Amino acid sequence: MYQHTRLTNNNFTFFQKFKNFDYILLICILLLGFISLATMYSTDGGKILFHTKSHFIKLMIFTMMMLFISFINIKFWFSIGYLSYLGVVGLLVWTYFFGITSSGSQRWMNLYFINLQPSELMKIFIILCLAKYFHRMKLENVNSVYTILTSIIIIILPMGLVIIQPDLGTSLLIAVSGIAVLWFAGINHKYFIYTMLGFVISLPFVIAFLKPYQKLRVLTFLNPDKDPLGAGYQIIQSKIAVGSGGIFGKGFLKGTQSYLEFLPEKHTDFIFTLFSEEFGFVGSVVLLVVYIIIIYRIIAIGANSRSYFAKLFCYGFGAAIFVFITINMSMVLGLLPIVGSPLPIMSYGGSSMLATMIGFGIVMSARVHSQQLIA
Amino acid sequence: MINSSSDNVKKLNSINRRMFITGSLKFFIMVGIVSRLFFLQVKENKKYLTLSDKNRIREWKLAPVRGEFQDYFGNVIAGNFEAYQLHVIPEQVENFKYVIYRLKDLLELSDTEFKKVLKKKKEIKPWETLIVSNNLSWDKFSKINNHLYDLNGVKPVISISRNYPFDENFTHIIGYVSQANEQDIENSELIKKNFVPGIKVGKIGLEKSFEEILIGTNDIERYEVNAYGRRISQLEFQKGKKGQTLKLTVDTEIQKLANALLKDKAGSICVMDIFTGEVIAMHSSPSFDPNLFVFGISQDNWQIIRNDPLKPLLNKTLQGRYSPGSTLKPIVALSALENGIINTSFTVRCTGKTEMYDQTYHCWKKEGHGYVSLRNAMKMSCDTYFYEIARRLGVDKLSETAKKFGLGKKVFDNLFEIEKDGLIPNTQWKKNALGKGWLLGETIITGIGQGYIQTTPIQLCLMTAQIANGGYKIYPKIVINDNDKIKPSDYYTPLYKNSKNMRIIQDAMFGSTNEVMGTSYRSRIDNPKYQFAGKTGTAQVKKITERERELDLKTSEIPYEQRDHALYIAYGPYVNPRYALSIVVEHGGNGSTTAAPMAKKLFKLIIDRHEMRQSINEKKYLEI
Repeated sequence: MYQHTRLTNNNFTFFQKFKNFDYILLICILLLGFISLATMYSTDGGKILFHTKSHFIKLMIFTMMMLFISFINIKFWFSIGYLSYLGVVGLLVWTYFFGITSSGSQRWMNLYFINLQPSELMKIFIILCLAKYFHRMKLENVNSVYTILTSIIIIILPMGLVIIQPDLGTSLLIAVSGIAVLWFAGINHKYFIYTMLGFVISLPFVIAFLKPYQKLRVLTFLNPDKDPLGAGYQIIQSKIAVGSGGIFGKGFLKGTQSYLEFLPEKHTDFIFTLFSEEFGFVGSVVLLVVYIIIIYRIIAIGANSRSYFAKLFCYGFGAAIFVFITINMSMVLGLLPIVGSPLPIMSYGGSSMLATMIGFGIVMSARVHSQQLIA
Repeated sequence: MINSSSDNVKKLNSINRRMFITGSLKFFIMVGIVSRLFFLQVKENKKYLTLSDKNRIREWKLAPVRGEFQDYFGNVIAGNFEAYQLHVIPEQVENFKYVIYRLKDLLELSDTEFKKVLKKKKEIKPWETLIVSNNLSWDKFSKINNHLYDLNGVKPVISISRNYPFDENFTHIIGYVSQANEQDIENSELIKKNFVPGIKVGKIGLEKSFEEILIGTNDIERYEVNAYGRRISQLEFQKGKKGQTLKLTVDTEIQKLANALLKDKAGSICVMDIFTGEVIAMHSSPSFDPNLFVFGISQDNWQIIRNDPLKPLLNKTLQGRYSPGSTLKPIVALSALENGIINTSFTVRCTGKTEMYDQTYHCWKKEGHGYVSLRNAMKMSCDTYFYEIARRLGVDKLSETAKKFGLGKKVFDNLFEIEKDGLIPNTQWKKNALGKGWLLGETIITGIGQGYIQTTPIQLCLMTAQIANGGYKIYPKIVINDNDKIKPSDYYTPLYKNSKNMRIIQDAMFGSTNEVMGTSYRSRIDNPKYQFAGKTGTAQVKKITERERELDLKTSEIPYEQRDHALYIAYGPYVNPRYALSIVVEHGGNGSTTAAPMAKKLFKLIIDRHEMRQSINEKKYLEI
């Protein structure tokens, strides 16, 4: 009987869907959007200039899009799992041949109204694809050679397409997203350990194959003071900005490091530096708490979903977002070498925001349709 | 169905277990990031705050205002003037090419000057100041001001720069300033500290010796700058302090007279207060205009100064080493008296030449002076007499007295780095320096101030002053507010053994100037107010051959380089003496005809200005 009532609930009404929204998650996302807008306003020197306007418009459009996605049944997202993945792979191939080259890397495709970076989308759609792949699989088949090989191919294919752009940072993040799903799907932990060991052992060989600028980044990370005006400049200035922020920060619009242009890439990868300089330790912790709540809500939604697909997607997406955030922050705080990785929502950049919002949308859809079973 | 559902349960268990592991991992990573934030922002905050300020705050120093030099009466002899300069900040000029060519026309810049400006422009950043011209005439400056409407970005600036109103008169005392070079910066911490591009520092003379007092401190402007060094806003302006003004003991009028007397001649005049040691005048001729150096001397002017055969760059007063000639005779006589070798009644017969140690020594007077006593020997400057007493005295005793009276040793210690010691020879010196034994013949020529002996004009002046004041030690000085390092107890220590001997020498010098047959009789002043006593000297620059002696050429018939140096030392007024002087005219021929007449003119002026000088002194005491 109980089961029956549940099944009848499959035809969700609009009003019910509205009621099922995770408002804490929504508020946190909106709050994050607001914070990012304020920070972008500060990077423009306290004026509403190009970056602020553009960021605001993207935020509006993509938030609407996220809400729209939440109303679409999770079944639909399950059904397009492979298709969307192949679509993005197609975009990557297209980019390889016809993409726009900027600062030595061919990673954008010109869509006339927006320059899209398909590699950013791949960070999300690889999760969708793998979640679908493991949805129906029996646990005893998960560790079969066939499965493992297939999933490795699913990960390696877009990685390779992104590496040749060349964009090492994003390709690694794609791999992280994929591996997170494999981990939750139950692939034997031995494989992870072996992979890790293999990675560490092959590291010297990998470094030998790195491009000179990538090698320089690694060396710079190990000793930024060696060449303070050259390669180490970014990391030193970033640390100065964060460190000089102190407990309460220098105040909104008063970050001298960014205002006087000592900070590089303050709109994109180093946005957290600027935020941290102006709002200090307290502000940074508040921002972290907002992120943690978001991640916590994503996981909670996954835990409450009936379908294995939704669970896998939420857990995978939650882990990926967590990794994106921590990698970006570790990078600007001088804990990791500089790899191009934006801070979700905060950083300027349409593709990254689009991907993240699609992710949030699917998670929200999983929440709205939490009782939906997928055959 | 059961199978599938049990598989589902297993799958759920697995995913939840792994979620738990992931969650814990996330927790540790978060703790890591928060602690990193804490470390940077709370623990190391101070360090990074300093680094951030170092990033954003930059100081601009402006050239400090240099202290002035004044003469004894407070006249400025090295001051500051407002130099009219033209600055351009390239990035503020819309059409730089147009403006710079327009300026070239207006300022009538030569092609080389113009190229220099363009080269400088390439070396600086567009927002830095380009100095198109650093010392414009008022005419051109006002011309520019009239055309400012179409010279966008051109800034007429008034900046403070060094000026020497008396041109060449004080060059060898004060020296000059010019742009600091690397060596100047390396040698002085204070210059390093105050350095700004274009700062001018003393290169020679007192300008160099008192650099650290004169330099002053910079005005400092603190600006907030961006990462590219562009000024955003001024945070602070810190006013600097002008350098200290130095007052000299020198009297400009007497200095000017000294300059005029030595015009077109190479030589030196110095005048000294015999009690205080204050230098009233100190001039080396020829001199040169120090103003030429302030903004960098042109190649043409430099070549003219450098190639002048009279050597203007040489400070003859302090660096010139001359045989004192007969001006040493008062010291020789004094030494002989002090050592009891002779007394006033000791006489020598002069026949014009004398044979000693297989060598003939000539008196300047071929016919000889006949029997001469000390007083007459000094008066007529009889060489034979001094050959004889030098022979009896010995060089070691002579050198002892000469050194006591200030010869052979720097007069100003380290005040002028160029000052030379000169040389008072003795047997020990020759052994050490030349590795040879002293020859008795050398003693004999030392007795008339020839041979190895070398003195500077300032030493001769000090010697004369100390004879004039009755034989008491004085310490010459040229800067009034120079902190005296000399203990008061050191002043006026007697240099004689018997003061009677001093009076004998003074009397002999009086005779030399004021009595018939005295070598400088023609330059005497009879009025007791100005009456002075002195001693002529004629220093050979080369050994006179027998042939030349027979020819007995007039000075004008001898090539310039071979003519004798003319010297004169004197003090006055004879009753109650106050001032001593020494005059050296290089290749002037003869002390009595060239040097002594200068003393006459000098003493007139010196004594006329004595009261004025005294009144300044009294005023000083009143002020205390």
